[in-house]
Amino acid sequence: MRLFFRLCAFALGAAAMTAPVLAQDAIRNAITARQSLMHLYAFNLGQLGAMAKGEMAYDAETASVAAGNLARLTSIKAGPMFPPGSDNATIDKTRALPALWQNLPDVGVKQAAVAKAAAAMEAAAGDGLPALQAAIGPLGQACGACHKAYRAPED
Amino acid sequence: MQRLLAYLVALILVGLAAFWLATEPARVDPSAIAGMNGDPVRGERIFYLGGCASCHAAAGAKGDERLKLSGGLALTSPFGTFYAPNISPDAEFGIGGWSTLDLVNAMHFGTSPDGRHYYPAFPYPSYIRAELADIVDLKAFLDTLPPVAVANQAHEVGFPFNFRRLLGGWNLLFLKPGPVADASGFSAEALRGQGMAEGLGHCGECHTPRGMFGNPEYSKWLQGAPHPSGKGKIPALAGIDWSASDIAEFLKSGFTPDFDTAGAEMADVIDNTAHLGDADRAAIAAYLKEICPN
Repeated sequence: MRLFFRLCAFALGAAAMTAPVLAQDAIRNAITARQSLMHLYAFNLGQLGAMAKGEMAYDAETASVAAGNLARLTSIKAGPMFPPGSDNATIDKTRALPALWQNLPDVGVKQAAVAKAAAAMEAAAGDGLPALQAAIGPLGQACGACHKAYRAPED
Repeated sequence: MQRLLAYLVALILVGLAAFWLATEPARVDPSAIAGMNGDPVRGERIFYLGGCASCHAAAGAKGDERLKLSGGLALTSPFGTFYAPNISPDAEFGIGGWSTLDLVNAMHFGTSPDGRHYYPAFPYPSYIRAELADIVDLKAFLDTLPPVAVANQAHEVGFPFNFRRLLGGWNLLFLKPGPVADASGFSAEALRGQGMAEGLGHCGECHTPRGMFGNPEYSKWLQGAPHPSGKGKIPALAGIDWSASDIAEFLKSGFTPDFDTAGAEMADVIDNTAHLGDADRAAIAAYLKEICPN
């Protein structure tokens, strides 16, 4: 019986010791997930941007696929990828400012603006180069609005 | 002995008089802008090139709210905290009572209408390179904006920096009216970009490091600087490995070549440069491609 208690105490102690590590891992995973999402944005934006800049020949099909992907990606509910404690004051390898968590309703508004600008791009991308070029500015502004308010400058 | 004392007193008086004269706020000769008529349409471009709204609109203002120039942005520095003033056309709280010449003196020499020095938190050391005609146009545009009745917030500056006369000495030492970069070999486009980037665009105010007096270190022109917040850094523009079209696109949409976006203060800058024409952005890009790290 005494052994049983000891074992229990040991197990509890071990659990107490590993629990924060697990939480830390969960936060790391969330940061990796949201940064991966940003890379997916960037890949599709890259195709649209290369056409806008004249570095890639305009192709309605390619542009529509990229813009469609972007519209899907920006409508993902990304909230779970931003758990509390994943800000740059608490943990390294992220530039997300604590202010993000203090202004969650505003973050939601800014995310909705990105989704709206991406939807506008999806509607425009297959409609010729000038339409694509006109849609990319507002998209950049929408992305930038969040980075301006909630991301620290690069080290 | 008494004679020596008299000499000393005389010397101090002469010194003080010389200091007073040397630190007198400078002004533009009114004849320089005589006969110029401001065009508010051209002035709108100058407004966005100068980035006025970034500091003088209320913090976080978006869209048309950025045309309400109530001021208020706090600029922290080792010398104290400066608050951007109201420059809306409000007669009481803004600059509604200013003449065009008042704006020219403010932007070229950092001299207020009542003959005091502004702090170089206001980028007159860059704006001094602006064409007078551009400032005249800007005044015409500013006059079309809505007046806002918001009082200015006093700067928080301790001794001795609260003694503004000293800024006359700062101006003598550090105000550099002409072009910064050696323009020999510049294309016509890069030359036009130089005027915009070194003048109204005031890129160097953040992207050039500052010396112990807050003076721009012209020998390290556009070579990047620590971020004033103490965290992160402001990137170097000299020797930038982006293409000219990458830079122009960045100034238009805020997208970097790898499709990240501008953040922090640069996102504010993009809110201004997005309003410029493609030719202006291309000219700034052409200039930046000419600037080499030494």
